[in-house]
Amino acid sequence: MIVSVHNLKKRYRRVQALREVSFDVNEGEIFGLIGPDGAGKTTLFRILATLLLPDGGTASVDWLDVVRDYKAIRRRIGYMPGRFSLYQDLTVEENLQFFATTFGTTIQENYHLIKDIYQHIERFKTRKAGQLSGGMKQKLALSCALIHAPRVLFLDEPTTGVDPVSRKEFWEMLHHLQHDYGITIVVSTPYMDEAMKCDRIALMQDGQFLQIDTPQAIIAGYERNLWSVSSDHMHQLLGHLRQWPQATSVFSFGVTYHVTVSPDADANRLRNFLAQKGHQHIDINPISASIEDAFMALSTTRQG
Amino acid sequence: MNQLRSFILKEFRHIFRDVRTMLILLVLPVVMVLLFGYVITTEVKDIRMVVVDFSHDDVTQQLCERFSSNHYFHLVGSADNVSQATHMLENGEADVVMVLAENFAQQLGHSREASVQLLIDGSEPNQASARTAYAQQVLTSIAQEFSATLGIEPQFQIIPVTHALFNPHLRSEYNFVPGNMGMILLLICAMMTSVSIVREKEMGTMEVLLASPLPPLVIIIAKLIPYLVISIINLVTILILSKYLLGLPFAGSLPAFMGISMIYLIVSLALGLLISTLVRTQLAAMILSLLLIVPTIYFSGMTFPIESMPTLYQHVASLIPARWYVSAVRKLMIQGVEVQHVMHETAILAIMAVVLVSVSLATFKKRL
Repeated sequence: MIVSVHNLKKRYRRVQALREVSFDVNEGEIFGLIGPDGAGKTTLFRILATLLLPDGGTASVDWLDVVRDYKAIRRRIGYMPGRFSLYQDLTVEENLQFFATTFGTTIQENYHLIKDIYQHIERFKTRKAGQLSGGMKQKLALSCALIHAPRVLFLDEPTTGVDPVSRKEFWEMLHHLQHDYGITIVVSTPYMDEAMKCDRIALMQDGQFLQIDTPQAIIAGYERNLWSVSSDHMHQLLGHLRQWPQATSVFSFGVTYHVTVSPDADANRLRNFLAQKGHQHIDINPISASIEDAFMALSTTRQG
Repeated sequence: MNQLRSFILKEFRHIFRDVRTMLILLVLPVVMVLLFGYVITTEVKDIRMVVVDFSHDDVTQQLCERFSSNHYFHLVGSADNVSQATHMLENGEADVVMVLAENFAQQLGHSREASVQLLIDGSEPNQASARTAYAQQVLTSIAQEFSATLGIEPQFQIIPVTHALFNPHLRSEYNFVPGNMGMILLLICAMMTSVSIVREKEMGTMEVLLASPLPPLVIIIAKLIPYLVISIINLVTILILSKYLLGLPFAGSLPAFMGISMIYLIVSLALGLLISTLVRTQLAAMILSLLLIVPTIYFSGMTFPIESMPTLYQHVASLIPARWYVSAVRKLMIQGVEVQHVMHETAILAIMAVVLVSVSLATFKKRL
């Protein structure tokens, strides 16, 4: 296991940021940490990047302990913090040059690694990093994190604040790095749609993992019993759906409600139930679940 | 070595690309020296003189003419009595009043003695003493002339009356240059260094640097060296300015001066490093550095003589590095003493340097 985390705990003054988190990442895998802000993703990254000390538990990166062997780990990882963390008053090229030298290498030596990514921004190489667009900033940051050919990449919300086209390109680059160079990537994102692009994901909330599996397996667990329900009285509908005995969870999903139901549930009986409560234009559709459904369902059961 | 070089290069780029930083680093020191040393207390000219002539004879007329033809003085008027002239002094209409006694020529002829009274505005003691000296010089040269032409030897009795309205401590402009050096070097080293380190924390780049194999010591050294270099440039600039523009003598040993300055720079840089480990924002770093500079102004002996402070304040002052530096510089630059006379100051600064460097290195975090 190139990344191995066991019962990791971290507490800030008032907040328990991580509550006994455990997971393993296989070599060459893209592992996604999916969860809302404040779930503890950044804290986890900082411990793995040897920037924070855990309060309890162990973590290793490339078979090296994050506390004891922090110096050795720092040579082997590429870390991209959640905020844009390059020098805004230096040009694109100067930033890349600086980080290459910092890691004791040169741009030429590992140019093949960053070529695909850097090509997108190379024509702006004399521009100051602060004047780049969000997408280009992230490409530069990724180039800088990659220039020393790390074994593992830790990317903390790399696509937050990036336009959809650049997001798509960014994920293509990650897959490219995975396939061509076997780089292990641990990436976090608040976007549920990006979860599907990972090999395995961990759904994370309030400092703990709700589930760890492949995105497909997580969705499959909710496939057959998820309905999308709407009516003319959306406001009352939420309460009424929750009253229906066979609904295990109900949550708002855009203009409809997504209802998880028990396997023997019958759509017609729900229709009658709602009609009795005075609803009209009742629309009930079985739907295939998304990661977001799985996440919402898991987080409500935890809270309930 | 490569890492260090490229890091230092990066630091200089940050400095050169920020106009405000450049202004603080290179223009502010010059402006401060010029302001304090040149504009505020500098050579005396355009002395406005009022004459109270009780005699109105040939000799007093000659005296007045001599003063009005001297380019340091110009006569701005005459008064009938002393109180009227004093009033003009108090209103700031005149700098000097010259009172010539009754029967001036007669007295000179008979007893070879005549009274000239000078009333000087003493609100600026340095200026006041300089003006007194200038007026005395003029009077002396007139006296010598009279003795040649008239064959008599007149003696002028000069009674300077100083109205010390403000600032009872008579201070020398010589204090300003050493004091300024202590302050400017502290400002550049402590404030600019701490701000530049904290900026990396605030911008998030420190996170990337710490997660890289860059040893923390390289980060620290690379952060300090540019400000050390700039401080040395400023030191030399101040020396040149004070010698050629302010006409301040450099009496002592230059190597000794540079040596003790280097120790003081190390103390200041360590203070900056220490501040950077204590705070998270650039604003906090700036405020903390300014809190360091305020006691430096008051307790370094730059504005108030340490000898005249209460004992408690003297003890406080001895904790201020600038107090020892300013004292050593004053001795070396102005009094021109031998190196062994500043050994006391040097030793104290060296101890401060060792303590501060070790404390700040120990508190510099290798994690977030």
